[in-house]
Amino acid sequence: MAGTPFIQKTPMPGLRLSAGITLTMLSIVVLLPIAALLLQGASFGPANIWEVVNRERVWAALFLSFRLAFFAALFNLVFGLLLAWVLTRYDFPGRRIVDAAVDLPFALPTAVAGIALTALYAPNGTFGQLAAQFGWKIAYTQWGILLALIFVGLPFVTRTVQPVIAEIDREVEEASATLGASRLHTLIHVILPMLAPAALTGFALALARAVGEYGSVIFIAGNIPMKTEIAPLLIVIQLEEFHYQAAGAIGIAMLLISFAMLLVINLIQILSRRRMGHV
Amino acid sequence: MSDMITDTIAQTGARPRKFRAATAESTPVRLALTLLALAGVGVLVVAPLATVFAEALAQGWAAAITSLGNHDAQSAIRLTLWVTAIALPLNAAFGIAAAWLITKFDFRGKALLITLIDLPFSVSPVVAGLCIVLLFGANSLVGGWLVAHGFPIVFAIPGIVLATVFVTFPFVARELIPVMIEQGRAEEEAALTLGASGWRVFWTVTLPNIRWALLYGALLCTARAMGEFGAVAVVSGKIRGQTATMPITIEMLYNEYLSVAAFSMAAALTALALVTLILKTTLELRHAGQLAANRRH
Repeated sequence: MAGTPFIQKTPMPGLRLSAGITLTMLSIVVLLPIAALLLQGASFGPANIWEVVNRERVWAALFLSFRLAFFAALFNLVFGLLLAWVLTRYDFPGRRIVDAAVDLPFALPTAVAGIALTALYAPNGTFGQLAAQFGWKIAYTQWGILLALIFVGLPFVTRTVQPVIAEIDREVEEASATLGASRLHTLIHVILPMLAPAALTGFALALARAVGEYGSVIFIAGNIPMKTEIAPLLIVIQLEEFHYQAAGAIGIAMLLISFAMLLVINLIQILSRRRMGHV
Repeated sequence: MSDMITDTIAQTGARPRKFRAATAESTPVRLALTLLALAGVGVLVVAPLATVFAEALAQGWAAAITSLGNHDAQSAIRLTLWVTAIALPLNAAFGIAAAWLITKFDFRGKALLITLIDLPFSVSPVVAGLCIVLLFGANSLVGGWLVAHGFPIVFAIPGIVLATVFVTFPFVARELIPVMIEQGRAEEEAALTLGASGWRVFWTVTLPNIRWALLYGALLCTARAMGEFGAVAVVSGKIRGQTATMPITIEMLYNEYLSVAAFSMAAALTALALVTLILKTTLELRHAGQLAANRRH
């Protein structure tokens, strides 16, 4: 990079103004607040942070949050692929309405989703009663949390994969069929690898969203320490008692684990793109 | 015409055979997959939506409307609309500026800048609220100074706006950047060569090209801004009639076992969300070509 200027010369106007607005807002809204958290952590010290995080209740909450977020994202990966395929390839009455309904979890406020899911899946709710007949308790258990996390992450994989399916060249499928591959074989060995990078992007977005989700979960979770208490709730509890340093310590732990996870997913994605040769 | 063909087939005794294309699944498989998809969307998405309205109207229209008419409910609705009205132009201005900077200039560190703009999507809203409390809370250096000068941020409206801008930060920029990359710089350069000023180029060349994408990003931003709960819950202090937004009010009413009131407020918020969803879907149908096709979320 030596020799190339920091900014390439261009007659395009507005460099100072656009850079000014972008960097000022980015700093005030995002960077300075996150720096405040990290600074707080630095002054608190790694040993103290470890002492806060290394408690049974905190570990249980972190493990619960990341484990259920992973399972919810995994469900959304499979169901999202199915949904994207059905909505793009098949035609049936009401397809457009179903397609629009997939976006509802993005539009519906999380608190609304939380109380609605709770009303529906509580032991006296419509679906809750049904499940109770089979001895299955959903609301106020980990199943309820999983359900809420599936709800908030539902559209991500579908929305990232749909445009890729629409652009698949049918000739590739025809070639595969001509060469004697069964339809299932074609789907698994020809189509799925083409969808993998986009699906993985959707998976990562759904995972990141589920890990930090708060609004839709706290109503249905029951919030029993060690059992159904998610990590973001622990932060809220510490803040309500004005334990800023403890809240910051848990916040930093969550940030670090999230970033590590996204890094791994990005690496897998780079590898899968390289295997595909292009895209 | 088709009758004639049917007759011919009937006369010759040949039966019409349907061949399945080699690039399609068999009918039973199609049917099964479609039903599975419909059942999933029904149970996971449509049922909760229906529940909101059913619970709100559990004691009739009158009870639902009365509960929305009281002073605290009115104040929550006003606050949510205000916060959205302030956060939206801030994010639109940022999104346009960032997209202009990223797509019209070549500089080092562009990838890093894009990553930083996307950062709020991978930070939990609760952690976002925590960061704002740590920076601007009364105990902090900055926050203490601001409180001393009569401008509190945390547990006041500026904090709610800040938290809302944080969680909706990437929406407009992410919609505009792919569209502006695709359109390139040639049109703007031509206008500049013809002597147009920078602002004239933006208003008459760039903006008409990106208006639908801008509106699309603004709709996503609006939906999220009205409904944000986690980040706002941490910074608002939940003062009834003052810093309680609609989602916060829903939580307070629900925890007080005022089910009809909570679901009525939820139904009002859902109605607003449905309006943004319908507008967004209309945009997708009419102006698909001018939206960021590859990132429809």
